Amino acid sequence: MMQAPDLPLWAALITALLLLTGSLLTLTGALGLLRLRSFYQRVHAPTLGATLGAGCILIASMLCFSVLETRAVLHEVLIALFLTVTTPVTLMLLARAALYRDRVEGNPETPPDTGQERPANPAEKA
Amino acid sequence: MSALFLAWAITCAQIVLGFAMLCALGRLIRGPRAQDRVLGLDTLYAIVMMLLLTFGIQTGRALYFETALIIAMLGFASTVALSKFLMRGEVIE
Amino acid sequence: MTRWLAFPLLTLCLLAMWLLLVQSVAPGSILMGVLVALVATRLFTVLRPEPVKYRLTGAVVRLAGIVLYDIIRSNIAVARIILTGRTDRGMSGFIRIPIDMRSRHGLALLAVIITATPGTLWVQFDSARGSLLIHVLDLVDEEQWIALIKNRYEKLLMEIFP
Repeated sequence: MMQAPDLPLWAALITALLLLTGSLLTLTGALGLLRLRSFYQRVHAPTLGATLGAGCILIASMLCFSVLETRAVLHEVLIALFLTVTTPVTLMLLARAALYRDRVEGNPETPPDTGQERPANPAEKA
Repeated sequence: MSALFLAWAITCAQIVLGFAMLCALGRLIRGPRAQDRVLGLDTLYAIVMMLLLTFGIQTGRALYFETALIIAMLGFASTVALSKFLMRGEVIE
Repeated sequence: MTRWLAFPLLTLCLLAMWLLLVQSVAPGSILMGVLVALVATRLFTVLRPEPVKYRLTGAVVRLAGIVLYDIIRSNIAVARIILTGRTDRGMSGFIRIPIDMRSRHGLALLAVIITATPGTLWVQFDSARGSLLIHVLDLVDEEQWIALIKNRYEKLLMEIFP
């Protein structure tokens, strides 16, 4: 299924470049998920795909549809906004769950609990 | 000419994203702990969302945008639920 | 009437979101969007949210620029770490940062900024002591990271959320 919309050359070039950059960054992030040693190191890896990787692909999509329909197609901004708000929430929750489990099991390399630690939860605001 | 070039780039990007999905799937299967699997699943959702966007560019149809938005929302909800479960459900008491 | 327009910025954002979703600026969709935004804002006031105190100054633009630049820079840094395979155990770790900011909304935004930047992850915040626990992937100089977050982000955030 080799098909593509018929874009002018400059738009095709930029779209292709953005797509390749975004997908390669995402692959790097996923590779890090596989290669890094400890869980807390691995939590950092998917951020690559979720920030700049997704950003590049979203801009490519925006550019492609804007040129195709000769008007500003901006609804990809919604996905970008949604990702910016939700990715920190999920990663933070996951890291806290992992920290909690490590503390309960008394694993080494876990920072001690200083008492009443409470998260400032962006989920309440979002 | 430019359409052929773009078609190659889109296919390459899709293959690269496919490899990224394999990496996330590898982490999902290998574990070793539950939080690693949840992280793998979350990454898988994000990559599937991007793959859908590339399909949207390929076919030139805006329909894929809505699917991508829904996948992103489902990924968020499921990861939050699973993290909450890890914190409250499986407690060693 | 004040309850329907208690959060004008939220109402405007909801209207913009609606127009982006339906992809048209016809009078009909604008009317529907205004209706949806007003009702959603009215429902939001039932939750009795804390009123947000913010100042829309040049600091907002500056912060956005800095964050965008930092995201791109640390993306490259983290990608290099992953690809070169410099993944020894000793180089990453937790650090505690003393935080002076008390505004809940400022803290939420700080959490988003820290986590969205690859290489740093917000883990826990102790509101009684004002100490923040973050995990850093490339922890070479602890003091440098503390100075970075305090000077680069916290100062600007305290300007926006007094």
